[in-house]
Amino acid sequence: MSVNAPERGRPDRRPPLVLIILGGVGLAVFVIPLAGLLARTPWSALPRLLSGDVVTDALWLSLSTSLAATVIAALIGVPLAWLMARVEFPGRYLVRGLVTLPLVLPPVVGGAALLFALGRRGLIGEPLSEATGLVLPFSTWGVVLANTFVAMPFLVITVEGALRNLDQRFEGAAATLGAGRWTVLRRVTLPMIAPSLVAGLVLTWARALGEFGATITFAGNLQGRTQTLPLAVFVALESDRDTAIALSLVMVAVSLGVLILLRERWWKAL
Amino acid sequence: MPPPDDLFVSAAASLTDAFGEIGSAVEEANPDVRVLLNLGSSASLRQQILEGAPVDVFASADTASMAQIVESGDTATDPEIFARNTMEIALPAGNPARITGLGDFADEELLIGLCAATAPCGVHAREVLENAGVIPSIDSNEPDVRALLNKVGAGELDAGIVYQTDVLSSGDVEGLAIPDDVNVIADYPIAVLVNGSHPMAGSLFVEFVLSEEGQSILNRYGFSSP
Repeated sequence: MSVNAPERGRPDRRPPLVLIILGGVGLAVFVIPLAGLLARTPWSALPRLLSGDVVTDALWLSLSTSLAATVIAALIGVPLAWLMARVEFPGRYLVRGLVTLPLVLPPVVGGAALLFALGRRGLIGEPLSEATGLVLPFSTWGVVLANTFVAMPFLVITVEGALRNLDQRFEGAAATLGAGRWTVLRRVTLPMIAPSLVAGLVLTWARALGEFGATITFAGNLQGRTQTLPLAVFVALESDRDTAIALSLVMVAVSLGVLILLRERWWKAL
Repeated sequence: MPPPDDLFVSAAASLTDAFGEIGSAVEEANPDVRVLLNLGSSASLRQQILEGAPVDVFASADTASMAQIVESGDTATDPEIFARNTMEIALPAGNPARITGLGDFADEELLIGLCAATAPCGVHAREVLENAGVIPSIDSNEPDVRALLNKVGAGELDAGIVYQTDVLSSGDVEGLAIPDDVNVIADYPIAVLVNGSHPMAGSLFVEFVLSEEGQSILNRYGFSSP
């Protein structure tokens, strides 16, 4: 019937037109906002805009807090992932749900919850500040905490998935050959899940770098102390749009670079 | 086609309660109008309008934001001042940090919040502090006055400078008056915009705000009439 019908035995390798159109629209959803940003970018003024002290403060704070959050996530998130993957305990499904919750929760809700728990009048925050004088909200550690809360799930679920897919016979073989549990973990398990671990760490870092809602709700907004790049963009949008665009461009470039690198080198392992 | 009765009103965060009631009153008097309030810092609202948001009415907490809208040609009517407000110190109930006045805003030991310098409440607060000769030790620049009010109300901040009307509207904070000689008066202008699709309903809304009935609602929330 159709002129374009493929000959028998030679399937048409071209993708269906409908999929091309719908997929193209799908891609446009991602590309058009970026194009809008690029179209508004004052390219010649970029060096000046990016060297202002608001920008450098925010950049430095974002880098340090997102890295700190990633380190903390590695220290406590990997053990959590191991427990979830390897230990049968009641309520494991609930734990998995709780760990994944920050991925879907509006970050502002997470920030409010952090405030209720760890604020100066919070459940834990009040005894904490009375005992030690430590007040987390409006401090740089508050930013790190908000980042960790929102970003750590990326590490936990990535590492948990890798551990569950790992062929445990390798670990068993190592143990049979006399390796202690710690040695097995260090010499067999961790190297085998290394690609997923790295992917999880990079995703966690990238998510922490882009954190906004929980940070402004829990840690407030002060240049040099809690004003990270996303907060600086938010404030600059109302006062100095060119700076806001320049900052946005930095975030897009960094995030895109990380994700492309990740995709090429590590995601295949997942 | 969108239903012809959705009236988009962008209003300063400090108008949240008063415009909620005014919106209901306008809807009651005009059953074919539905008022949709878009509340936020006047600076955010201004940016949305400058980027072409289809807003019918803009009510700002400062004349500077409105002036930019006029300059960009986005107003359909001349802005009119419909309310006045002054600033007040907001403290958590019981005043745990024992704040006694603006001078305490310089205390580095205290957690002090202001609105961001871009939001009108932040501009007004900085003017008040400058008038009082106080260089504040700020711990957070909150995006709008409601965000600041909530953090003071929750006791996370020891003090903030908000509108007098906000102290009235919040059950969680107590107010501390700012002396008249350093306080500022915030003028609230309102105008119908060209980008909206319901100029008639927009004019109706503005008329109501300026009417005796609208003014008495605003007065009830602590705004004074111009």
